[in-house]
Amino acid sequence: MSQEKQSGTGFRRLTAQRLVAIFLLGGVVFNWPLLSLFNRQAELFGIPLLYLYLFGSWLVLIVLMAVVIEGKGD
Amino acid sequence: MKKILIVDDEANIVISLEFLMKKEGFHVAVANDGEEALELIASFAPDLVLLDVMMPKKSGYEVCEAVRRNPERAGLKIVMLTAKGRETEIAKGLALGADAYITKPFSTKDLVAKVRSVLGDA
Amino acid sequence: MLQGWSIVLASLAYLGVLFAIAWWADRRADSGRSVIANPTVYALSLAVYCTTWTFYGSVGRAAATGIGFLPIYLGPTLMLSLGWFVLHKMVRVAKANRITSIADFVASRYGKSPLLGGLVTIIAVVGVVPYIALQLKAVSNSFTILLHHPDIVMPTGLGAVPLLQDSALYVAVGMAAFTILFGTRHLDATERHEGMVAAIAFESVVKLAAFFAVGLFVTYGLHGGFQHIFDQAELVPRLAKLMVAGDSAANYGSWAALTFLSMLSVLLLPRQFQIAVVENVNPDHVRRAVWLFPLYLFLINIFVLPIALGGLLRFPTGVDADTFVLTLPMAEQGEALALFVFIGGLSAATGMVIVETIALSTMVCNDLVMPVLLRWKSLGLAERRDLSGLLLEIRRWAIAAILMLGYGYFRLAGEAYALVGIGLISFAAVAQFAPVLFGGLYWKGGTREGALAGLLAGFVVWAYTLLLPSFSKSGWLPAEFLSHGPFGIELLRPQQLFGLAGLDEISHCLLWSLLANVGAYLALSLRRAPDAMEARQANLFVDAPVGGGSLSSWRGSARVADLLALVERFLGVERARTALGRYARSRGASRIEELQADAHLIHFAESLLAGAIGSASAHVMVASVVEEEPLGLDEVMNILDEASQVRAYSRELETKSRELEQATQELREANERLREVDRMKDDFISTVTHELRTPLTSIRAFSEMLFEDPKIDLAERSRFLGIIVSETERLTRLINQILDLAKLESGRADWTPVAVDLSEIVRESMESVSQLYRDKGVTLECSLPASGLEVMADRDRLMQVFLNLLSNAVKFVAPGTGRVEVDVAATDDAVQVSVTDNGPGIAHEDHEVIFEKFRQGTGNNGTLTDKPQGTGLGLPISRQIIEYFGGRLWVESPPPGSAMAGARFIFTLPLPTTQKEQT
Repeated sequence: MSQEKQSGTGFRRLTAQRLVAIFLLGGVVFNWPLLSLFNRQAELFGIPLLYLYLFGSWLVLIVLMAVVIEGKGD
Repeated sequence: MKKILIVDDEANIVISLEFLMKKEGFHVAVANDGEEALELIASFAPDLVLLDVMMPKKSGYEVCEAVRRNPERAGLKIVMLTAKGRETEIAKGLALGADAYITKPFSTKDLVAKVRSVLGDA
Repeated sequence: MLQGWSIVLASLAYLGVLFAIAWWADRRADSGRSVIANPTVYALSLAVYCTTWTFYGSVGRAAATGIGFLPIYLGPTLMLSLGWFVLHKMVRVAKANRITSIADFVASRYGKSPLLGGLVTIIAVVGVVPYIALQLKAVSNSFTILLHHPDIVMPTGLGAVPLLQDSALYVAVGMAAFTILFGTRHLDATERHEGMVAAIAFESVVKLAAFFAVGLFVTYGLHGGFQHIFDQAELVPRLAKLMVAGDSAANYGSWAALTFLSMLSVLLLPRQFQIAVVENVNPDHVRRAVWLFPLYLFLINIFVLPIALGGLLRFPTGVDADTFVLTLPMAEQGEALALFVFIGGLSAATGMVIVETIALSTMVCNDLVMPVLLRWKSLGLAERRDLSGLLLEIRRWAIAAILMLGYGYFRLAGEAYALVGIGLISFAAVAQFAPVLFGGLYWKGGTREGALAGLLAGFVVWAYTLLLPSFSKSGWLPAEFLSHGPFGIELLRPQQLFGLAGLDEISHCLLWSLLANVGAYLALSLRRAPDAMEARQANLFVDAPVGGGSLSSWRGSARVADLLALVERFLGVERARTALGRYARSRGASRIEELQADAHLIHFAESLLAGAIGSASAHVMVASVVEEEPLGLDEVMNILDEASQVRAYSRELETKSRELEQATQELREANERLREVDRMKDDFISTVTHELRTPLTSIRAFSEMLFEDPKIDLAERSRFLGIIVSETERLTRLINQILDLAKLESGRADWTPVAVDLSEIVRESMESVSQLYRDKGVTLECSLPASGLEVMADRDRLMQVFLNLLSNAVKFVAPGTGRVEVDVAATDDAVQVSVTDNGPGIAHEDHEVIFEKFRQGTGNNGTLTDKPQGTGLGLPISRQIIEYFGGRLWVESPPPGSAMAGARFIFTLPLPTTQKEQT
């Protein structure tokens, strides 16, 4: 059955807060204010800016999440 | 001569007893009820009382009691007569201080003999 | 190579592989070595989120709106970053409460309400049917396209294809069969399907691989890489526009809306909930999924835009962008790749269909059909021994029905939309679960009515603003419905509700439906405080105590046999015994029967049942076996019985003791009476003895004296003899009287009443006593009728009475002045005789006493100087005689001052009827 050693409420507050931070970050990154900044006809490394921005930040976010979640070890 | 008081409410019995006692040579007085008996005991001062139990006004038991309470009459002999022959009656009478007890109907011979023995004669 | 049969063969082969994997995984699970107890597998299984929508539709969307395909993948990413809180909590709560579906979750949270479960199920089915149709469309389209290789032909006019030639139908049927085979082989206590999860994880890999393959093919095979494609695209103005998003508020708004929508959908879609929550093996697996799943999404989306651009470059017109992943390889004679892509698409579709329909059929069975059937008493389901077969049947039929519904929608409305459009309709539908679900998870104030109202409101608005328009756009509803509103009411135009224009249909729908949903949810929830059940469930869900706090929910008791039978009925004997056996061993017993049916076991049984029939129905069934009282129903009844028995006994005891008292009292009284009678008898006997002995004494004494002394003189001798004689007489009299009395009292007197002349008897009696009267000087008078008064009596006895009365009278009056009067009178039916004297009279209190035996006028202590010569028996005997002949005898005292003021003795005798006229 489930191991309840680390349950939601008490799980290392820091991690939890960081995840919330990432969430908020993503919310901001993936939406209008910042989006419009990169919403232009331009290319970076031959890749359209918006495309690069979105996928790039997406990857960064994922990596951050991975680090935060897995970083403290199992 | 000894004095005998006969106490009975039956007239005929009184007559018979009176005759009998007189014939035996006693001085006889007669009472018909308990009150009269006590009066005559006081005045006549008999030596022996032939006392019937069932009587009006005062029963033989009461008379017996009264007599025995009076230390002056300590020497008075009491012979109780009754038609009731139950043990309890006899015991009661004797307990109250009677010296002897005779049931009716009695034999005249027995009566006389008992009277004499109670009085201390032969 | 790409002929119909080979495609079919390849498909079947692939499905066969899926099936094999599932079967193998199930076997491993049964033997305890689960293959899916692995966070990577869990994360991969979450990728069932990506269906043909992703596979085909994203490219289509990208070709139309550029980057606009992306939000529905960004949303899940964001949601997963909150995943630790939300998803983890959901998983924990679901495990603790044995939740088996999203309907179960909502129903359980709001007080185990079957109604809610049913509503969620309906919304889910209706909402997801378009999504299923989408898969059917994709597969059948891709099949058709592939079939036409090497020609690129777009399938058009789908709705016009005759039914039996519609490949989509066969796809639907095939999928139904496959899903039924796949997912309804048995019932699992926890509604987990390990095989399915393994297969899904596998197909996620296949999907990704296929997409990657075509992506690589397009990017690097057809072009020189990313930059090359983008450069090429830049050259075409139309394509260049795709590099940026529309820079308008509406665009950003719809971007945000889509992001938000997909955030909800990644958890709320039935298949997502099933995989993410129900199938979860270990809540800790969520951790890896938090980043691994977004990574998967990232990977599968990298090549979307390049493929889109490549397709647009290759096929400027005439080819649906949705099909680019397939048509591009086809166009380049990449048959193998095309087939691979087709398989990838098929994989995506089957993955979605399997999980979705299994999840939906579970809900339909547990939360829709079973509650109705269980309450339908005439079916007698509650008494059926084994229901597991029935449950599986229901699910199979549900799967088939859902797929047919999907096909139906496909034919009705599938043509009008691009794939993505259809999918978003479903997203918006399941978004309606968000308020009740997340509200239920984080707010304790939600009530059943609130949830119902919210769901209904949201569902209705969704249907109106999104579902119906989809029918309208396909031609099944008049177009005016959309453009002018129902019945021409412009304010109610489905997609510009209340005049709100400028929003894309999804945002529009989302806005209004969620507004209605949340509004109704809050409004009705706040109308009253949660009731006990809701509050309890709220605590369990919101607080989500570690280890589950629901162990104490059953305070009842049941018998193990009952619980066992119940579980067997729904799970099947074997599974039930296995599960319970495992449980028993975990509690240290060798067999389940050895355990106590304590709250722990009851809870376990309930959770087992919840897996089979949903928590709401499980609760009902267990409740029927257990009584939620401190004591079991039996025991309560026993105690009640005992108590009432005790009461009855004590009541009986009371009455009995009262009766006893009564009886004792009566006995005592009777004893008293007896003793009194005894005393009286004693008294009587002693008195009689005395009375008898007294004359005897005289007789004897005188006899002896006469005998002893012959010389007694004559006078005395005759006197004595006279006494003897009279005493003898007295004795005789007494004896006679006593005998009379004895006879009278014992009722053995047998005097025969004859007609006697009363007057005559009176005269005779008077004659007899006349001497006695003369001797004493007492006057005797009488007044009586000459003759004719006849009574029925015994002559001698009547004489006896008269003599007694007359002699009494003469005894008590004064000599000389005494007077006695006899009076005879007659009334209608009786004759009355009175004897009155002028003696001292009888005191009032003695009026009755004188009639008692041996009692004389003044009791034993007489005030008279002379004791009367009486026995004291005369009056009692007289009375008895009179009464024997039907009369009465009593005494009266005449008023003082009257002439004869002594005693008056009166007796009556009844007259025979014939005599009446004569008087």
